[in-house]
Formats: sequence, structure tokens, C-alpha cells
Amino acid sequence: MSKVRVLVGTRKGAFVLTADGARKRWKVSGPHFAGWEIYHVKGSPVDPNRIYASQTSGWFGQIIQRSDDGGKKWSTPGSSPEELKSPDGMPKGESNKFVYDGIPGTHQWYDGTQHPWEFKRVWHLEPSLHDAEHVYAGVEDAALFESKDGGKSWTELSGLRKHDTGPKWQPGAGGMCLHTILLDPQDRQRMYIAISAAGAFRTDDGGTTWKPINHGLHSQYIPDPNAEVGHCVHRVAMHRSRPNTLFMQKHWDVMRSDDSGDSWREVSGNLPSDFGFPIDVHAHEPETIYVVPIKSDSEHYPPSSRLRVYRSRTGGNEWEALTKGLPQRNCYVNVLRDAMSVDSLDPCGIYFGTTGGQVYASPDAGDNWKPIVRDLPAVLSVEVQTLP
Amino acid sequence: MIRVVLPPHLRTLARVDGDVELDVNSCVTQRSVLDELEARYPMLRGTMRDHVTQLRRPLVRFFACGEDLSHESPDAPLPEAIAKGSEPFVIIGAIAGG
Repeated sequence: MSKVRVLVGTRKGAFVLTADGARKRWKVSGPHFAGWEIYHVKGSPVDPNRIYASQTSGWFGQIIQRSDDGGKKWSTPGSSPEELKSPDGMPKGESNKFVYDGIPGTHQWYDGTQHPWEFKRVWHLEPSLHDAEHVYAGVEDAALFESKDGGKSWTELSGLRKHDTGPKWQPGAGGMCLHTILLDPQDRQRMYIAISAAGAFRTDDGGTTWKPINHGLHSQYIPDPNAEVGHCVHRVAMHRSRPNTLFMQKHWDVMRSDDSGDSWREVSGNLPSDFGFPIDVHAHEPETIYVVPIKSDSEHYPPSSRLRVYRSRTGGNEWEALTKGLPQRNCYVNVLRDAMSVDSLDPCGIYFGTTGGQVYASPDAGDNWKPIVRDLPAVLSVEVQTLP
Repeated sequence: MIRVVLPPHLRTLARVDGDVELDVNSCVTQRSVLDELEARYPMLRGTMRDHVTQLRRPLVRFFACGEDLSHESPDAPLPEAIAKGSEPFVIIGAIAGG
């Protein structure tokens, strides 16, 4: 029988939640890395027992953790006792060394002046679709790194940060983070990334050169609402069977592209608010998408204090509220951009975590919800692995 | 033998209990102690000082014999009591964050 493993990153550690295919009884393990901020935990699609985690602290900086046994044991790549004894000499301990390529240069600061690029943390880890040793990291200040040795060392794909528009990129309220990395399952050379607040970008040559893909985005809060860059994209999602169709939750507006991001159109339709953070796609229905509307950018909680996931079965514009099992009064939590995920069972399971520490699961594509856990630290990220 | 006291989070990261004991063969300074500590526990690299600049991370402090040496030169000799191991070199995470 299939199993599901939910990887949860929180403000104070990581948790691993497991259940069988019925998704009714859950086992909770953790906290792993207790007391540290865990921005993201994600498993390799090639080897599900290979899991990467971004562990970070305002005191001690960035740590990369790796598990090779499905999240039971963890280590910092390249610094294990076994490697210390190896004939290759002392390990370098560079799994947390994220150094920008060349002279870092500057980007736009909040006051409009130029500010040097400074590495702060890894927001998102995206394991390769083809090689468990290959993993990408989206970081703050916005840049894309990759490791081809299982996280032991990292190299910047600097063509992105060195794009002509780089000096115009500016941090959003949460920092200038590269938070979304989408790998095209049909084209190894193509990937998409998104940055708050620069926008979305695409490479068609494996990360050497990048193109802003923000035509059609309209952001009234920036000097030129239709600018090439400067849009606060919160999240982009794709269905693996249709990699040219992208869905975006922007700061305000839910958007859709059917031409690999070359143009976007708004599909917010009847949502009670088109502000929000996560967006995701049903595992088996590429036109079924999910968002969690949030009241506004200054009131980061659900409209009418009712926690509602909205589902569109038409790829946007027509949305239905999903409320069964979710709090429908006095609810003031947020759902962050990396805190929603889906499994690939049938029916598809949908999962999300809140800043109030709840992780909700729906085993029936959103019709009914139950909390798996209710009192974790604030949830930063949720990823789901469907296991045989 | 140099004794080093790590903050709890770094103790967990390095998987050590209690004080760390190190042999430092050169002049005992902040730099030589940290170099040896990082060689023994490579997972600590980058957590106390920057990988490239080698500057102390802002919220990490170094104490010895009751004195805050965080702003001393990393190449200044540490007190004899540290070099002899009668007092520990203490690394702490600053009390910060409100």
C-alpha cells in the first residue's frame, strides 16, 4: 500500500509526518534541528530517501542538512566522521558556503539607493528530476545556486543575478528571496524561477542565460505598473504534464500563462481576495488549482476570519470555497508561499501549513480537511512525498 | 590542551557533549583555536565566522577569563590560562532578538 511522507519546515525545527495511503492516522516525528528556522525540506524525485533541508539562524547562519534514509538520520554533507577519516583528506565543510560569483554588485534597496548583494539564507531547495546528487538552491539575496555533489559544495548560476535588470531588483517585505524553482520535466534545459520583488524568469539553456517573463503582470504599487521587473511574485506552480502552462499567485492577482511565461492573464475571477501566497496544481487534473486567499498585504489573515482554500477546476476565474473541516470563525493565521503541496495518490491529497502551527490535510482533493497536527511552531514550508 | 565551550545549538550541530578539547600547536589565538575547531568539526565552518572574510558573525561572541574578547584582533595571543587549559575559551550566541 502506498505511503505519504509530509516534510514540514517551521520557525523552530523540522517535522516529518507519515501515514499510509488512507491518510487518516499520522505519525509525527521531530523536531529535527530544534530551535532553528527550517525554511524548506524537500526530497529527491529520483531517490525519495534523499532529502535536503535548509536550516538557518540569525546567530549561526546557514546550514544544509541531508538525509539518506527518509528523514531519520541527518548530516551536513561533506563533514561526517566517516569522511573525516577518508583518505581524501579533511572535508572542507563547505555545504553552507554560498558565495556569489565574481564581484556581487548591487541591487535596489528600500529607499531607492543601490545596496550590495549579501547572502542571508536558503529559501528553497529543488532536487533535480534526474540525479539525486544534483540540487538547486534559491537564496536571499536573490540568486540561484546548484550542487552536483549532494550538497557538499555550491556554485552560483550567476547569469540570473547578472541579468541587465539586476540593479533594479528590490526586496519585498520578507527580503529579496528567490523562492520558486520549477524544473521542466520535458526539457532539461528549461527552468523557471521567481523572486520577490523582481518577478519571474526563465532559462532555456540550463541556467546560463535568463529572460524576465512578466508581460501581463500589473502591479499598481510600483512606479511603472507594467514594468519588465519589480513585480512581487509570491509563487508559481506547474503541472508536470503541461510545463508550458504556469499558474502564479502574485502579491495581488492570481495569474495564468499558457506560453511558458511569455504572457500572463489574470484569473482571479470570483475569489474573495486575490492576495495570497501559495498556489498549487492537482496531481492528476492540470486545470484544477488551489489558492488560499488572504485579506490584504497589511492584514495577513483570511478574509472574514474564515480559513478557506479555493479550488478552480477550470484553470482559474471560477473558484469554489473549500471549508469542511477548516476553522470558519476567529481564524487569523496565514499560509506562506512554500506551505502547500499535493500528493500523487488517487484521489489527490492536498496539504498546507499555517503560521498558527496547524498542518491540514485533505485526502479527497480539498472536499474535506482535517488537521494532522495543530500546535507546531509557525509553518514555513510543506512538501509531500508519495511513496510506494 | 585548549578547552572550548560551544553554545548549545553548535554543540548539537557538532554532536558533542560538554566542552571540546583541542590541541593547538601554534600560538594560541582566536584564529588558531577556531581553525583547529573547524578542522575537527567541519560542520561548524561558517557558523561562527564568515567563510570568505573570516570575520566573526555579528551575534557570535568570544569570551575568555571573564572578558569579552570579541573585538580583539583574531591574531592576538589569548590569555595564558586559555593556552594552559585552566580556563575555557567560551563561544556564545549573543542574547538578542527581544
